[in-house]
Amino acid sequence: MTTDVSGDVSAAVSLRGVRKVFGEVAAVDGVDLDVRDGEFFAMLGPSGSGKTTVLRMIAGFETPTEGSVRLGGRDVTGLAPFDRDVNTVFQDYALFPHMNVLANVEYGLKVKKVPAKERRERALQALRTVRLEGYDKRKPGQLSGGQRQRVALARALVNRPKVLLLDEPLGALDLKLREEMQVELKAIQRQIGITFLFVTHDQEEALTMSDRIAVFNAGRIEQVGTPAEVYERPASPFVAGFVGTSNLIEGQAALDILGREGVYSVRPEKLRVDTRLDAELPRDENSATGTVAEVVYAGAATRFVVDLDAGGRLVAVQQNLQASSMDVLKLRDARVRLAWRREHEFSITGPM
Amino acid sequence: MTSVTSPGGPVRRFAGLLHRRPSIRLAGLLSIPLLWLVVAYLGSLAALFVTAFWTTNEFTGDVVKVFDLGNFQDLVNESVYRTITLRSVGVAIAVTVIDSLVAFPMAFYMAKIASPRAQRWLVIAVLTPLWAGYLVKAYAWRVMFSGSGVLDWFLRPVGGHAPGYGLLATTITLAYLWLPYMILPIYAGLERLPNSLIDAAGDLGARSFRTFRTVVWPTVFPAAVAGSIFTFSLSLGDYIAVRIVGGRSQLIGNVVYDNVGTANNLPFAAAVATIPVAIMVIYLLAVRRTGALENL
Repeated sequence: MTTDVSGDVSAAVSLRGVRKVFGEVAAVDGVDLDVRDGEFFAMLGPSGSGKTTVLRMIAGFETPTEGSVRLGGRDVTGLAPFDRDVNTVFQDYALFPHMNVLANVEYGLKVKKVPAKERRERALQALRTVRLEGYDKRKPGQLSGGQRQRVALARALVNRPKVLLLDEPLGALDLKLREEMQVELKAIQRQIGITFLFVTHDQEEALTMSDRIAVFNAGRIEQVGTPAEVYERPASPFVAGFVGTSNLIEGQAALDILGREGVYSVRPEKLRVDTRLDAELPRDENSATGTVAEVVYAGAATRFVVDLDAGGRLVAVQQNLQASSMDVLKLRDARVRLAWRREHEFSITGPM
Repeated sequence: MTSVTSPGGPVRRFAGLLHRRPSIRLAGLLSIPLLWLVVAYLGSLAALFVTAFWTTNEFTGDVVKVFDLGNFQDLVNESVYRTITLRSVGVAIAVTVIDSLVAFPMAFYMAKIASPRAQRWLVIAVLTPLWAGYLVKAYAWRVMFSGSGVLDWFLRPVGGHAPGYGLLATTITLAYLWLPYMILPIYAGLERLPNSLIDAAGDLGARSFRTFRTVVWPTVFPAAVAGSIFTFSLSLGDYIAVRIVGGRSQLIGNVVYDNVGTANNLPFAAAVATIPVAIMVIYLLAVRRTGALENL
C-alpha cells in the first residue's frame, strides 16, 4: 500500500493507511481520508462498513492497528480522547443522567478549569445556539429525544473543538424532527464555522447536509466527492446502489440498448415513462421498451418497476403532475417505453 | 334464571371463574407467601420483641412472663454490651469497606472490560463460593490463619507471621464470605451504565479518575449501597465465623447464642437480638435516601 506519510497539512482531519482489526475481522481496511477545514463532511455506508470505527479512531476511543490519524496536521494516533481537540455527539447522546442540562453542558469546561462565571456564560450561550434557553435546570430524563440531541450538541460545541464528530446524530429521531434537525445542524455549522464530520447510513441525510461525502463499504472508502458527484457519477456499482437506486444496464442489455459493452446506470428520476411505444424520440435520447411489473403510488410521485425486453429491470420515478392514483395504477402489466437523455446515462468503472 | 357459565369441563369453568373474579386470582397467588410472611416472619419478630421484655427466675431458670425493662437496663448500663455492640458495628463497617474496595475493580472488569464469554464465566466464578457450605469456608480460613497455616507460610519469609485468631481474622473471613453479595449488585449497576457515558467523559477531557468520580461513581453508588446492606447486615448478625476464627472475641451474635445456649436466658438473648435489628432499621432508613433500595 502506498501512502503519503505526511498527509495534507491544511486538513482538519487526515487519515493515512488506517486499518483496524478486531480479532480476525478487519473492520477498517486501509482508509485514506482528508477532511478540509470548515467542511461538513459525511461518512456514509451500511452498518458494518467501518464508518463508525473510523469516527471512533478519530475521537480516540479506538487505536488504529495500522496507519496514522492527524488532526490539524498534528499526529494524534496514540493519544487518548482527553488529549484531542475534538468533541463527539454520540448516537445515544450519552448525557450524564445524574446531572442537569447545565451541568452536562458545563462538564467539559469544568474539566478544563474554565472559571465558573465564564463557564456559566458559555454554557448558556451554547444552549441558546441550540434553542434550549430555560431548560438548564432539567434532567436529561425530562427531555424529549430532540431536546436531548440538542443538549448533546451544546455540550460538545461549548468546548469550541476544531472538529465536531457526530455519530448517527439524527438516527434516533422521528422523520419530521430529523428533517428539522438536518436544517438546523447545517445552520449551526455555518454559523460557528467549525468542521463537522458525521456518520450516517441514511443516503438522503448525507446528500442533503454535506459538502462532501465518503461512501464506505466493507472497511474501505469507495468514493469521496460532493453529493452531486456521488449521486450523478457513482464510481462503483456499490455507490450507485447505496446512494439512490442502482438501475444497472449491463451485459447483453447494454449491447442491445446502448450498442456498447459495459455497466451503465441511469437514475430513476431521469427516466421518462411513455405508453406510446413508437412516438418520435429526440435525437439525444436513448430508450428501452419493457413491461411494467409494479406500480407504487407515493403521493407526489409514482415509482414504476419495469422489466426490460432486453433483460434487466429499471425503476423510474415520475412526478404526479397530472396523473392521479387511479390512472397510474392502471399501468401495471402495461407495455411502456423508457426514454432518457444520453448525458444522464453513466458508465460505472469501479470494481464489481 | 341462567347464570353465566363457561363451556367445557370443571377445569375450564374454574379458569373462567378466575377470569371473571380478579380478587380470587390475587388471593390464590398471594395466600401462601402472605401466610409465610405474616406468621413465620413477622410473627417470630413480634415474639422476639415480646420475649425481650420478660425475665427468668434466677433460681429455677424458668421464663417469667411479666413485662420488665430489666434486660434493656442491663444492656444500657453494663459497659461490656456497649463495647460489644460498637465492636460488632466496627467489624460490619470494616467488612463492608473491604468488600466494596475489592468488589469495585472486579465488577468493573466483569462489566466493562471482559469479553461476553469471559463475563459469563466470571459471574459463575463469583457465585460458586455461595454454593459451598458456610462451615467449609469458615474452617478453611481457620486452617489458613493457624500458626502453621498457609498465611504463616507466605508471611514468614518477609518477616511476618499469621495474625492468629481474633477480630482481624474474623473481619477477613466475613469479608471473604460476603464478597459476592457486594460484587453482584455493583456488577449489575455497571452493566446498566452505558459505555458511551464513559466515552463521553473522556471525550470532554476527563481523565480516568475524574471520569470515575463524576460519572461512574454517582451511577454505581446506589448499587454499592445495595451491596452494603447485605455485607453489613450479614456481618452484624454473624456468630459462627467469630467462634471459628475469632479466638475469644465476642460479637453481638455470640452473646445471643451464649444466652440461648449455656446461660439459658432466652429473654435476655431476645433483648440482645433487638440491637442488630434496630441498627439495621436505622441503616435502611439512612440508605433509603440514596435510592439504593431500588437497586436491590
